[in-house]
Amino acid sequence: MSDTLVIKDHNTVFAEERYQVSQEKKKAFEAAAAPEKVAEVAAYTKSPEYKEKNFDRKSLTINPAKACQPLGAILVASGFDGCLPYVHGSQGCVAYFRSHFNRHFKEPFAAVSDSMTEDAAVFGGQKNMVAGLKNAYEIYKPKMIAVSTTCMAEVIGDDLNAFINNSKKDGAVPEDFPTPFAHTPSFVGSHLTGYDNMLRGILFYLTNKIEKSETDNGKINIIPGYDGYSVGNIREIKKMLESMGVEYTILGDNSDILDTPMDGTYHMYSGGTTIEEVKEAKNAKATFSLLPDSTPKVSKTFIKDDWEQPLEMIVPLGIDGTDAFLGKVSEITGKPVSAELEKARGRALDAMADSNYYLHGKKFAIFGDPSYVEALVDFYMEMGAEPSHIVITTATKKVGRTLQKKLDETTFGKNATVHFGHDLWHLRSLIADEAVDFIVGSTHGKQLAKEFDIPLVRIGFPIFDRHHLHRYPVFGYEGVINILNWTVNTLLDDLDNKATFNLDMVR
Amino acid sequence: MAMNLTKESGEALISEVLDAYPEEVKEERRKHLYMNDSEMENTSKCLTANRKSQPGVMTVRGCAYAGSKGVVWGPVKDMVHISHGPVGCGQYSWGTRRNYANGTAGVDNFVVMQVTSDFQEKDIVFGGDKKLEQLLREIKEMFPLAKGITIQSECPIGLIGDDIEAVAKEMSKELDMPIIAVRCEGFRGVSQSLGHHIANDTVRDHALGKAEPKDETPYDVAIVGDYNIGGDAWASRIILEEMGLRVIAQWSGDGTLNEMQTTHKAKLNLLHCYRSMNYICRHMEEKYGIPWMEYNFFGPSKIEESVRKIAEHFDDKIKANAEKVIEKYKGRMQQIIDRFKPRLEGKKVMLYVGGLRPRHVIGAYEDLGMEIVGAGYEFGHNDDYDRTLEEAKESTLIYDDATAFELETFVDKIKPDLVGSGVKEKYVFQKMGVPFRQMHSWDYSGPYHGYDGFEIFARDMDMAINAPVFKKMTPPWKEQ
Repeated sequence: MSDTLVIKDHNTVFAEERYQVSQEKKKAFEAAAAPEKVAEVAAYTKSPEYKEKNFDRKSLTINPAKACQPLGAILVASGFDGCLPYVHGSQGCVAYFRSHFNRHFKEPFAAVSDSMTEDAAVFGGQKNMVAGLKNAYEIYKPKMIAVSTTCMAEVIGDDLNAFINNSKKDGAVPEDFPTPFAHTPSFVGSHLTGYDNMLRGILFYLTNKIEKSETDNGKINIIPGYDGYSVGNIREIKKMLESMGVEYTILGDNSDILDTPMDGTYHMYSGGTTIEEVKEAKNAKATFSLLPDSTPKVSKTFIKDDWEQPLEMIVPLGIDGTDAFLGKVSEITGKPVSAELEKARGRALDAMADSNYYLHGKKFAIFGDPSYVEALVDFYMEMGAEPSHIVITTATKKVGRTLQKKLDETTFGKNATVHFGHDLWHLRSLIADEAVDFIVGSTHGKQLAKEFDIPLVRIGFPIFDRHHLHRYPVFGYEGVINILNWTVNTLLDDLDNKATFNLDMVR
Repeated sequence: MAMNLTKESGEALISEVLDAYPEEVKEERRKHLYMNDSEMENTSKCLTANRKSQPGVMTVRGCAYAGSKGVVWGPVKDMVHISHGPVGCGQYSWGTRRNYANGTAGVDNFVVMQVTSDFQEKDIVFGGDKKLEQLLREIKEMFPLAKGITIQSECPIGLIGDDIEAVAKEMSKELDMPIIAVRCEGFRGVSQSLGHHIANDTVRDHALGKAEPKDETPYDVAIVGDYNIGGDAWASRIILEEMGLRVIAQWSGDGTLNEMQTTHKAKLNLLHCYRSMNYICRHMEEKYGIPWMEYNFFGPSKIEESVRKIAEHFDDKIKANAEKVIEKYKGRMQQIIDRFKPRLEGKKVMLYVGGLRPRHVIGAYEDLGMEIVGAGYEFGHNDDYDRTLEEAKESTLIYDDATAFELETFVDKIKPDLVGSGVKEKYVFQKMGVPFRQMHSWDYSGPYHGYDGFEIFARDMDMAINAPVFKKMTPPWKEQ
């Protein structure tokens, strides 16, 4: 009967004896170490002695939690209306960036490269720029092209400003066609730096020739930052601001392009901040940076100096974070926090009280980008959980030390250690040395979670191996409930998986 | 309903697409698009493959590093592969290719690790050779069971004048293990393809023939160019073993340094991915007199053909075994076909994959009664297209290094029942309401090779094509 045909795939078929026999045969040709030796070395890699050597590493990076600049550059560029992200340099980079976002957002991601090869390495990439701009403009009909660079173009010293101007003189694109640009060398900073540089490039390009108006326009600007949850978060921020009657401009709104409908048409461009909105943003009352780690340059040298606006850096995550954000918005705009939001706050608190007993006193390890990690640690401490190991590959010494100092003075965080500039192989040694109850981080934490049998709460970027999480906000009071939901239910699943007599029906 | 492609309608479609291009692009792209014609002896008159991609057109292609680290070297599990340069390349290619390998991660299996020199500005300015030396020592400390190390160069390495070969040579002595410098900088060549070639050359120079096997039999074969995506190599190996052959090496899925070092004693090299590993096979033929043959384990028809062809190289015992193997699986394969063919018969498929699969999977689709109406390679050469002439039907639309625009337009016009391509294309076509399967990663399924693989392949194609979701795009209030 064909209806009873059982088809086994990779998840189960290789457990069959015939495959076990086959793979046993293969071992004869591998010249591998004996199983006892492997076990011995595996145990050694979890020892204090190994940990010391691991932390002695000076040059070797193993499993870092960071990516490179142009990734951040094209992410922010995707948030502008009709904007085509364009990367000047080798084409393989763009293939990587696109697939990286495809895997996280489960969405298409359009970006072009100007495919520089050996000849461009010798003569420079101007020819590629002229042809690339022309082709991209004619084929994909963008309203704007945002140019960033790969490390190849940076090492050979290509000058974007000159190349783009020359391309325009050559007629590649009209003189008045917007072509903001940013140099984004991969060997400086990280994806966060790239976000910052490109955003600054776009804002500067579109507003530097515009006079600031005498009076502000009553609106506030929101910079979302490098955010794997931009789809859910931006929508949540809009919802909160609209509930207060606050007018706003999101600078780099990619919540639509990263969540287009399946309606029979591929929408290469969808939503995004318009050029007019960016120009008008110069006259806003203030600008909020929601993930300050992605905007050091934009904030320091641009919003304050060029746009002469107050800049607020608040991550609206957790109760305190969201309170602070809404409080500041209210203060600046004069609009009270709405009753609707107060109700949402109450619901979030209610949810926290429900889950309190499963989180209070639990120890956790966390890794990710600085702003997210700090805000999440603050939130988990609101639940009475205690951070142990905090690994932030992309944090500078200054950021790391500031966070350490702050935690040292808290009740729940005083036993935490902040490891800035470290990687997930360091985290492995830390967990081997001192176990935790759960780990918070991206998909890249799953090997650790498996090895130490510790539940992984997936919050971060990238998340390749779970679906739809990015559609949910982690910001605002709604975000509190989402984070709680993921965390407490992950811990309860773990409790059930390990339960014997205590497989309680009610938790 | 899918469009019925004829030579004329196909040519018209090609012209329509080309008309949207600026003149220079039009002229260049014309050489990469044609209608298949089995009368042709080869493709030299209608196609120029393995050429530079045009700037700004949104090519799907990757780079030489992807071809070396991602494809050829990366799956060798007992060596540590350093992504040498800035952090990104290694990060984006970390754990995404599904080349399964047995072993303990971080102890004797390093496939799932992202090991990088994480270049900073000072390394670019002052050079990275000193850092590399220190890093190699640190690898030895961190991973005592590693059998060797490869240095996978990223773009800057070749531009700043680092002498990684000298470092590798010197450190190889100091650390007493093979350390292999691979010049696979991303700007070299026009796609992943040159990276395959460069990686093959370094295998030839630094691994092949460097160790001797414990024993030899007349039935020793090597699987070459199978990266064990979703367990493909394991599903192929088992068939060869059932034939009575001894698989002494897997290149390179679930592979080891020792297997590569001892392959010069194989009696026959079985080449799966011609595009990425024909180089090493040709070399072994020349230097060691080892014959090689291409085989195809996609779908029962091609498997039977290949099993017999492989057996031809051996004695009557193996030939008899080959028939037994074929006989053994016949019933089960028929069950699979009986189950799925009625659901898939007549469905039209467009493929756009790397350098082998667009031709290799055709037979498997045909076993299910499906038809390939379009096929193309990201980084094929003319010899790949020559090999496609006979596999593809008359009037199949062929596209080389297709741009995103071309693929979208072709699919939009032809309206196939299924598109098989990569992750960058997947969501585009799903939005268009076209069922899709990733044909690089098997869309997180697999294996698709071998008899066991065909079952999964058939199931997956059915799951895609007959997914209810694609039939719901028009809301009821808009239905006529």
